[in-house]
Amino acid sequence: MVKVIYVAKDGTRTEVKAQVGDTVMQTALDNDVAGIVGECGGSMMCATCHCYVDDAWTDAAGPRKDGEDDMLDCAADEVKETSRLSCQIQLTPELNGLVVHLPEDQV
Amino acid sequence: MAGIVIVGAGQGGLQAAISLRQEGYEGTITLIGAEDGLPYQRPPLSKAYLKSGDAEALRLRPETFFEKSDITLRSGLWVDRIDRAGRTVHAGAEVFAYDHLILATGTRNLRPPIDGVERALDLRTLDDAKKLREVLSTPQRCAVIGGGFIGLEFAAVARGLGHEVAVAEAADRLMARVVSPEMSQRFLDLHHGLGTAVHLGAAAQGVTRDAMHLADGSEVAADVVLLAAGVRPNTELAAEAGLAVDNGVVVDAQLLTGDPAISALGDCAVFPDPATGRAVRLESVQAATDHARLIARRLVKGDSDGYGAVPWFWSDQADWKLQIAGLSAPGDDTAVRADGAVFRFAGDRLSSVETINNAKTHMQTRKRLGQGPVSRAALKAADLDIAAV
Ligand SMILES: Cc1cc2nc3c(=O)[nH]c(=O)nc-3n(C[C@H](O)[C@H](O)[C@H](O)COP(=O)(O)OP(=O)(O)OC[C@H]3O[C@@H](n4cnc5c(N)ncnc54)[C@H](O)[C@@H]3O)c2cc1C
Ligand code: FES
Repeated sequence: MVKVIYVAKDGTRTEVKAQVGDTVMQTALDNDVAGIVGECGGSMMCATCHCYVDDAWTDAAGPRKDGEDDMLDCAADEVKETSRLSCQIQLTPELNGLVVHLPEDQV
Repeated sequence: MAGIVIVGAGQGGLQAAISLRQEGYEGTITLIGAEDGLPYQRPPLSKAYLKSGDAEALRLRPETFFEKSDITLRSGLWVDRIDRAGRTVHAGAEVFAYDHLILATGTRNLRPPIDGVERALDLRTLDDAKKLREVLSTPQRCAVIGGGFIGLEFAAVARGLGHEVAVAEAADRLMARVVSPEMSQRFLDLHHGLGTAVHLGAAAQGVTRDAMHLADGSEVAADVVLLAAGVRPNTELAAEAGLAVDNGVVVDAQLLTGDPAISALGDCAVFPDPATGRAVRLESVQAATDHARLIARRLVKGDSDGYGAVPWFWSDQADWKLQIAGLSAPGDDTAVRADGAVFRFAGDRLSSVETINNAKTHMQTRKRLGQGPVSRAALKAADLDIAAV
């Protein structure tokens, strides 16, 4: 089990326990974290799982995957350097304590 | 307050329940579905799941979600009647009262009158996919009736696993209902390249223990036959309740039926296409979930905006990801860009863009179509650069 912290636009922090191997998107849905939609089920088709990786965690989370840039281009909210598709971040033991920030809009 | 009852616990029905709570609805929500277990996604059934068998990955929400969100999920329960006057739905001896009813009953596989069709397998539900996976665990000669998305996705996976595969399509090209002739041709080449035998203009006429028989009298040896020849919307409940049905439950731009207390969404609903006003029925996750969100906003916030979402769709076949943004009719014109993107036009209006492994153009199109119509002349002048018009 690892810990993931979701920070909503208004600052609300939701801390959840997650399974190594699950994605940050799936973990959010499983725990009813508002702010992640994940419409395409992680097929990199919808960009409704947009999140901003906290500055302290960008290295651990790794770079964007192939194709993520193009999808993010069309995310509903502002795209920053730390923007990722949360369905493309798979949890590893190294990501225990990961903090991601959520955009206001996903659709 | 009797609350809201949703019939059909698939992708759209579940999304309606989720969106109602997200919009702040505080009444009771009862989600009734005929299938056992938790609501799940169908798209991976003909893609990742066929390969991996990972049923957990299909689940849309965990059991705890329903408790936390105070959504009553009644799985394995078949609704057999709507009493509009009494505002109740009936499932055997159980009765559920509603203030508002949402029909999200989806579709079922079309079973054409082909000899021996009962031998053919389906690919619509998780149970169907489980059965297919079992069959594919030993070498097989597979025949597929229907060269649409689902049949071709299955064919690609089965070939990838090393099975012999033949596809019979009654039309003269693949996926004819939904993609351009250019795309049909490219996918024909793809499947040929994978080693699949594709029979076009070949209606299946019979299924026997070891073959699929075609209308021209030829036969294709097959141990397994998959029936993927389209679907039929589940409209019986609505029809028996006296609601208008025409290739689906007929709804207006608010996704309301003729009864102000009943909405319909997703695969089972026929609604006015925002771009043309034409009555359409779409089978996509996008339509099911966007419909659900609109209905929730209307019921909770009183929004009266008409439905205006841009349709989009995808299909994975081997390592090709086909994406379609917009909606075209089979006869729409086409223009092919140098990078292979296919632009389709209904008269002077851009109706859709089809791409393979080109998410950028796909997303640009979705964004642009969401802002309003695009004219052919403007696109031509911009060398088909959708981001420039
Ligand atoms: C193999 C496969 C692959 C697909 N791939 C894609 C894809 O790549 N991209 C895409 O966008 N879409 C895809 N789709 C289509 C997509 O899954 C559907 O469009 C979507 O599920 C529609 O949602 P829905 O809620 O309208 O219907 P469904 O998800 O079908 O749910 C309807 C539910 O209602 C239940 N029901 C019906 N009648 C009753 C009743 N009287 N009482 C109780 N319950 C009832 C049914 O049992 C069913 O569970 C695919 C579909 C299949 C089968
Ligand atoms: S869930 Fe659709 S792109 Fe991540």
